[in-house]
Amino acid sequence: MSMLRRHWLWLLVLFVLLAFPFLFYDWAKGRHSGFVLTLMSEIGVMAIFALSYNMLMGQAGLLSFGHAVLFGLGAYCAAHVVNLVKAGTIWLPTELVPLAGGLGGLFFGYVLGWLVTKQRATAFAMITMGLGELVSAAALMFLSFFGGEGGISVDRVMNTSMFGVSYSSPWQVYCLVLAWAFIAAALMRLQTQTPLGCLANATRDNFERAQFVGYDPRVVRLLQFALSGFFAGIGGGLYVLIYEIVTFDTVSAAKSANALLAVYIGGAGGFFGPILGTIVVVLLQSGVSLLSNAWLLYVGVLFIVMVMYAPGGIIGLIFMHVPIWRTGRLRELLMPYARAFPPALLVMLGFVLLVELASFTTIGAAQGKKFTIGGNTIDTTAPLPWVIALAALVLGALWLRREARGFRLRWDELIEGAKRQGAVS
Amino acid sequence: MSTPAVELRDVRKNFGRTEIIRGVSLSIARGERHAIIGPNGAGKTTLFNLISGRFPISSGLIAVDGRSIASLAPQAINRLGLSRSFQITSIFPRMTVFENIRCGLLWSQGYRYSFWHLLGQQKELNRAAEGLLERLKLADRRNLQAGLLSYAEQRALEIGITIAGGAEIILLDEPTAGMSHSETDSAVELIRSVSEGKTLIMVEHDMSVVFGLADCITVLVYGEVIASDAPAAIRSNGAVQEAYLGTVVA
Repeated sequence: MSMLRRHWLWLLVLFVLLAFPFLFYDWAKGRHSGFVLTLMSEIGVMAIFALSYNMLMGQAGLLSFGHAVLFGLGAYCAAHVVNLVKAGTIWLPTELVPLAGGLGGLFFGYVLGWLVTKQRATAFAMITMGLGELVSAAALMFLSFFGGEGGISVDRVMNTSMFGVSYSSPWQVYCLVLAWAFIAAALMRLQTQTPLGCLANATRDNFERAQFVGYDPRVVRLLQFALSGFFAGIGGGLYVLIYEIVTFDTVSAAKSANALLAVYIGGAGGFFGPILGTIVVVLLQSGVSLLSNAWLLYVGVLFIVMVMYAPGGIIGLIFMHVPIWRTGRLRELLMPYARAFPPALLVMLGFVLLVELASFTTIGAAQGKKFTIGGNTIDTTAPLPWVIALAALVLGALWLRREARGFRLRWDELIEGAKRQGAVS
Repeated sequence: MSTPAVELRDVRKNFGRTEIIRGVSLSIARGERHAIIGPNGAGKTTLFNLISGRFPISSGLIAVDGRSIASLAPQAINRLGLSRSFQITSIFPRMTVFENIRCGLLWSQGYRYSFWHLLGQQKELNRAAEGLLERLKLADRRNLQAGLLSYAEQRALEIGITIAGGAEIILLDEPTAGMSHSETDSAVELIRSVSEGKTLIMVEHDMSVVFGLADCITVLVYGEVIASDAPAAIRSNGAVQEAYLGTVVA
């Protein structure tokens, strides 16, 4: 019973995630939306990946540019295991394929970590970047392991399930992803409360001091790196089951950048920040990319805005409200927020319109696409749409600045009040 | 005669062509409270850095409990039972005060690099950390980020991290530097109580602290020991007065 009270939030989230795909369920045809399930499975996998990245970045202060190496190598290991199982060489329940990926990630995490964790800070970042390039290049050279450009294909229907599930449908795979995402997240959460997890913080804060309390910071970094490889590998194993193929994209710099983006946007400070960041990044990538050619630009702008104005990420923004919430005056922020919303929306609309106009005159035109809003085709060569977009952006920005000043005053007042009541920790 | 806790034999250290420590020989007995004094730039902190393994020595020998520490990493020396504090406060600023102390305890309690113990469930460990916080008078700051403590509190925490592991040999580098009178008094009380039955080596500028605590004082000038004796003998030593004390202690 006390377990239930302490972990109700996890259970609630699990329930919501299980129920969510049914909002898009096609009752007439009696099947789930494949797009939504794949999208949510992708979020699950990338959330594990981002959390494992935060074991380095948030916990140990290690900025890695090559984290996808561990994800991808775990995925390749899992793919080979699936093929061996399929061929009857070995036996492994489908449910444990991600574990095979995890062990692969752990192995490579330890071996490669032995190389990269000699250094920290900038040198560490540079070495991981080089490592990422190295493995990407190797992926095209060692054909038997990486399968060259074509990658390694698998058939996830192995008929070795412990629960008699075929895994022929995306729904079944989604459930497996969900289960593993929860297991991995819970284990990573617990890891932060172990001596190693605590020492990772210590070496992040002050590696020299850690030496003088008996610890070798190098060993701390190595173990932390290897463990983060284990969890990244679990993500890789799930990736194999979702897409039934693994190519060198999985070890690429772009994949590594995804983890970095998710952690920065979500926030490295709180444990759940990377999950929030993952949701935003994956939605932009998989959702907005269908709507706009310029989706990558939006990701970039979001990243810059977050780093500049909210270095603590989304989770940092949420935590900022905690002291005010403690004093029970959160309601007083409703009005300022409501007032800031229209100008903010106007700025966003103006900006998006500008970007889209630009993108349709260049890439769109080359692709022979027409810019349509609500069925009306917009002539991107006419001046009017540009003027409207620019006006919305500029006027919105001026208006937003005005509202922001009022917001700031109110905010400072509330925080001051919270400080007086001792609600700021 | 029993092995000295720390022994230095003709220790030299140079940075490039500059010789900072010029042939220091020193023997510090077990259970002794030993102060190292000297003017600025005499090499006191460098000497600490050599004994604790932060820098390698250029020549000579340093032995801890009769064992040479040449080529040992700082963490290995720490595991021999020698722990140090820093002149410039060196704590874990983004961790809580409690976590700081617990970090100082982990190795000595045998947890090594464990990722299979949950810290919250280690009753004995947590009790030890709480006990130490009480002694440091930091119990009510328990959950505060260490970086947000006041200066004097950070200095107390610094000492706390240093002694948490139960080291038999404690090196304190200017533990009272920058403190007010009342803060210094309570720091001295703290140092006295935590070094009870242990070997204490400290660098200190405040002469009332030095003469109040030390059983033995070594005077270091320009990288050389010019005297090493009981406080009373140091006070009346002509060379010391000329080089250093005369202008400080009336």
